[in-house]
Amino acid sequence: MKFLPLIWSNLMRKKVRTFLTLMSILVAFVLFGFLSAITKAFNVGLDIAGEDRIIVRHKVSLIQLLPESYKARMAKLDGVDLVCHATWFGGIYQDPKNFFGQFPVEPEEFFDMYPEFDLPAEQMKKWKETRTGAVVGRATADRFGFKIGQRIPIQATIWSQKDGGRLWEFDLVGIYDAKEGQTADTTMFLFRYDYFDEARGGEEGTVGWYYVRVADPDRAGEVATAIDDMFANSPYETKAEPEGAFVQGFINQMGDIGAIMQAVLTAVFFTILLVAGNTISQSVRERLREIGALKALGFTNVQALALTLGESCLLAAAGGLAGLALSWAAVNGVESSGKLSAYLPIFFIPERDLLIGVGLVAALGLIAGLLPALQARGIGIADALRRE
Amino acid sequence: MSEADGNLVEATNVTKNFSRGAETIHVLRELSLSVPQGEFLALMGPSGSGKSTLLNLIGALDRPTSGQVVVEGERIDDQSDSRLSRWRARHVGFVFQFYNLMPVLNARKNVELPLLLTNLSGRQRREHAEAALEVVGLTHRAGHFPRQLSGGEQQRVGIARAIVTDPTLLLCDEPTGDLDKKSGDEILSLLQALNREQGKTIVMVTHDPHAAARAGRVLYMDEGRLTEQPPD
Repeated sequence: MKFLPLIWSNLMRKKVRTFLTLMSILVAFVLFGFLSAITKAFNVGLDIAGEDRIIVRHKVSLIQLLPESYKARMAKLDGVDLVCHATWFGGIYQDPKNFFGQFPVEPEEFFDMYPEFDLPAEQMKKWKETRTGAVVGRATADRFGFKIGQRIPIQATIWSQKDGGRLWEFDLVGIYDAKEGQTADTTMFLFRYDYFDEARGGEEGTVGWYYVRVADPDRAGEVATAIDDMFANSPYETKAEPEGAFVQGFINQMGDIGAIMQAVLTAVFFTILLVAGNTISQSVRERLREIGALKALGFTNVQALALTLGESCLLAAAGGLAGLALSWAAVNGVESSGKLSAYLPIFFIPERDLLIGVGLVAALGLIAGLLPALQARGIGIADALRRE
Repeated sequence: MSEADGNLVEATNVTKNFSRGAETIHVLRELSLSVPQGEFLALMGPSGSGKSTLLNLIGALDRPTSGQVVVEGERIDDQSDSRLSRWRARHVGFVFQFYNLMPVLNARKNVELPLLLTNLSGRQRREHAEAALEVVGLTHRAGHFPRQLSGGEQQRVGIARAIVTDPTLLLCDEPTGDLDKKSGDEILSLLQALNREQGKTIVMVTHDPHAAARAGRVLYMDEGRLTEQPPD
């Protein structure tokens, strides 16, 4: 600690250069924090995907519908514990930018399928009693200030009603949360399938996709194959796959987010390494005679190395930790504001990534300072004292 | 010959060669030197005569090609770099021609630098540094940075830094070489006072006869050899 003022003074000898390097490091770590949160947001579906859940969709694509009659046939299969379905509604609430997912579902089966959702029993009871009833996740309720008892109009973009009208109105009867300690998507707007199926002007008796819960997760692959075999060569062939694989496939439609993020971060950190390394190298080159003088006073070669590494580590720590703190505060601010909740329902920097960030700070400090530190260690005193 | 004989420094048959490509430059040739404890010795000679190289060997900043150097009874030419660093911190104070102060530290912090290698507390370091600055008459400039000090004042800070650990031996390499006559005289008076009043043994390299005249003994270097008479 007694060397810290000396290290700090050396960093401060070229204030502008140090400040610019510090800002570069800070910006890099702010970017790291945001990209971590975005990666997490994209991959959260994988985290919450149930090992015992299979998604069954039309073999051609997700937008092709399946017969509702498949439900009973799949339920009879050996190893199947529960079957329910959902359909993409794709409506607009007031303005197209107010996006959130709306799905007609079977209330009880859907909430049985997703035990991580928490809907109070009395609200579920009310929902079953109200044909036009709907429940919404906490994130969306908070975002639009929805209150129970409110009538919510949704303008359909896909599903018109039998009379050709496109305005659907729902009575909000419940708000669901994620169960304590669990991660879940609380942006969905759910309403009753029976009401939807009777009111829509076409495609009656069809659904978007199925959720199938298997009794034994180890048999999920086997059950998925059995489902596909059962509907093979029919007009509605299926593609059944574990929920995790389904979510991964969905994410991959947008590209390999993880690889893209990694490529961006690698480029950023490589650049920062060069910037910080150059700053420290320049700083050491400019004061080789001072380093020689310090050694003449009794500083050892190892102490000269440690002082230089200390400089680069202090620089990396000041910029990197400030960047991480700033990104953490900003991500929390964005998450609290709900401005991104329509697109990224889960938005936070995982603790693991924060720890990786701290590790990167240390690595940056050590690697950037290594070559100049070795130069400071290796230079002979007599030689250093002769330098201009 | 050792400290018991009253000699603080004993250099015996010291040779120092440097290589420049295929060429070998003989800087010191079989040179021997004894410096009694408490002496103020001036080494004079033209540029390239080897006087600074000899000073570096006595201060363990460099090693001889052959021969041995003993200071305070301890042979220093065959020790490891880290042991020599610790030895220097305890036994030697250096005064440089261009002061070599840290521009980012004020005078007191510069004087404190060698004390960072001791176990003294922050407060003790500060007290020692202030005492050293008082010796050189710069207490009132303790908070000033080198750029705010004149050349003479900077050299006095350099001397305070050299004596702050209370070393037995002071090695001064052209201490007045970058100063005007008045400031140079003040520095020489200060060195004389340190020699007479505090018993510091001083070896000073200079090319200035006026500065050498302030020393107790003058030796001359010429082509890597020591003589008591100036070379022709």
